[in-house]
Amino acid sequence: MAAADEFGVLTKAFTGLGVDEKSLISILGKWHPEHKQSFRKTTRDIFIEDERQFERWDDRHVQKLQQEFLRFKDAVVLWTMHPWERDARLLWEAVYKGPKYGILVEIACTRSSEELLGARRAYHSLFEHSIEEDIAFHIHSFEKKLLVGLVSAYRYEGPKYGEEVAKSEAKILKNVIKDGAKKLHEEEEIVRILTTRSKLHLKAVFKHYKETSGNYLDEDLGDHLILKQTVQCLCKPETYFTEVLDVSLKGIGHDFAKEALTRVIVTRADVDLKLIKEEYHHLSGFTLSHKIEEIANGNFKDFLLTLIARGDQEN
Amino acid sequence: MATLIFPEHPSPVADAEALKKAFQGWGTNEKAIISILGHRNAVQRKLIRKAYEDMYAEDLVKRLESELSGDFEKVIYRWILDPEERDAVLLNVAIKHKPSPDYRVIVEFSTIYNPEEFLAVKRAYQHRFKHSLEEDIAQHTTGDLRKLLVGLASPYKYAGGEMDVKLAKSEADKLQDLVKDKALNHEEVIRIITTRSNAQIVAALNHYKDSHGTAITKHLKDDPANDYLAALLTAIRSINNPQKHYEKVLRIALNKPGTDEDAITRVIVTRAEKDLNDIKDIYYKRNSVALDHAISNETSSHYKAFLLALLGKD
Repeated sequence: MAAADEFGVLTKAFTGLGVDEKSLISILGKWHPEHKQSFRKTTRDIFIEDERQFERWDDRHVQKLQQEFLRFKDAVVLWTMHPWERDARLLWEAVYKGPKYGILVEIACTRSSEELLGARRAYHSLFEHSIEEDIAFHIHSFEKKLLVGLVSAYRYEGPKYGEEVAKSEAKILKNVIKDGAKKLHEEEEIVRILTTRSKLHLKAVFKHYKETSGNYLDEDLGDHLILKQTVQCLCKPETYFTEVLDVSLKGIGHDFAKEALTRVIVTRADVDLKLIKEEYHHLSGFTLSHKIEEIANGNFKDFLLTLIARGDQEN
Repeated sequence: MATLIFPEHPSPVADAEALKKAFQGWGTNEKAIISILGHRNAVQRKLIRKAYEDMYAEDLVKRLESELSGDFEKVIYRWILDPEERDAVLLNVAIKHKPSPDYRVIVEFSTIYNPEEFLAVKRAYQHRFKHSLEEDIAQHTTGDLRKLLVGLASPYKYAGGEMDVKLAKSEADKLQDLVKDKALNHEEVIRIITTRSNAQIVAALNHYKDSHGTAITKHLKDDPANDYLAALLTAIRSINNPQKHYEKVLRIALNKPGTDEDAITRVIVTRAEKDLNDIKDIYYKRNSVALDHAISNETSSHYKAFLLALLGKD
């Protein structure tokens, strides 16, 4: 391989999601000191000219690189963990290393009643508190009531729901939104409906809302991200997950967005990843696998692609 | 300790036969029903229901409903159901109560039952009523009372023994500040009472008493007009000392003009296999009258006889 090509391969191996260990071994392993020097001098993204005349590895990049080496390990650990422990730890991080409201909503609303209960049990074992008390204590924002309610929910999962009640609750939501209250997530009725009704009931509310107002409920709640996410997670999780993937694959924002890629694929691989793939394709014009080939590296990339391929075997 | 007396190995088949015989002919042999069902525990009752169904292709519960009436029918109906199902029924009745929900039942079950027991009741509720308990409570209440009751009914509380002394002290101080500001409907009060484990709350309440001189309950007056405060007071009392709470429910139910049979039935039926004996002791200490005696005076006929059987009369 020509030197310039090798530089290109190496740069890619060092930047992006995950690290291409194979390339690093094969290229770096055979380079002599002058090759490495040449690489350092020409790769301005990663190395900067120090005043004492040597090419110094950019500190921020070293930190990022460390994270990238860990990315595969983190994905494997997350995948192997019992879903209850996994979700309990994600919840804990969302409270104590954030707060990351999106993750709280995601876990509380996209898991089944028994899965959420299991996560809460695991949380007791791991942290000797309930997630309910920890969120109530540590989160002080207006969203607290909604979040405590969502994470405390043990929703009915049977087939029955009241069509008339769903219609009237769609109307209630329409009126509350129309009044344009600033703190919508504090509105008693919105919180009541979103935190206690069954998912089937909420899908009916969603449907009636569209029929009577002409708009989608989650779009009308667009100004209140947390409410929008709540409705999406409860009524059409594929849409929510697709948007999360889209943001994370565009490389927008911080490591938080990149972590989301691992989290979504690992937690949805055996659930609805097939649906999410279809919706992602529809939204972006690309296949998920294609995008991941483009921006991820090494074992991390291979692992994600393997998980995605599982979805194709689902019926 | 429980008050229920029951034989070690009764025959469900013999019991089912005896009950069938009790239904035959004109009228019903209530004495037989009382002497059998009044002396069987939950497992044994379930076996009788199954045997009866197998032998006669009929639901014992429905048959009892049609044969009996009044308070006697209500107590037998609640007694013959599986405990979780019964509690679900009691909760549903309480929620639908007019003119306003009977918050006592919701508070009792959510604070006195341990998290696993209460979860089992919630499952039974969903199974029977095709709604979650939380959504029904939310739909039938508003404002502060809704926040408190939904807040009590929803969380799956931590039930390990671990308790944080420092936290108990700081939350006791927080409560003291709110009591001073007369802000008992403040978020923080609701947060502490609805999300902390019972062990943690009791620790905070004890610290409150130790450092501020009086128990917090002294500051919560029995204001019948304010359901929220009354429910809050009930919650705190139930968490602190469940048997004392039950004694009070019985005392009020027996003393009021007209007698509150629903409350008496609820307490006796739900505690006969748990701690009714302790409640009896407390009742006697408080009122200088035996509970059996008070019930004898205020109730009558088969209803009375059945209650006394559950209270341990042979």
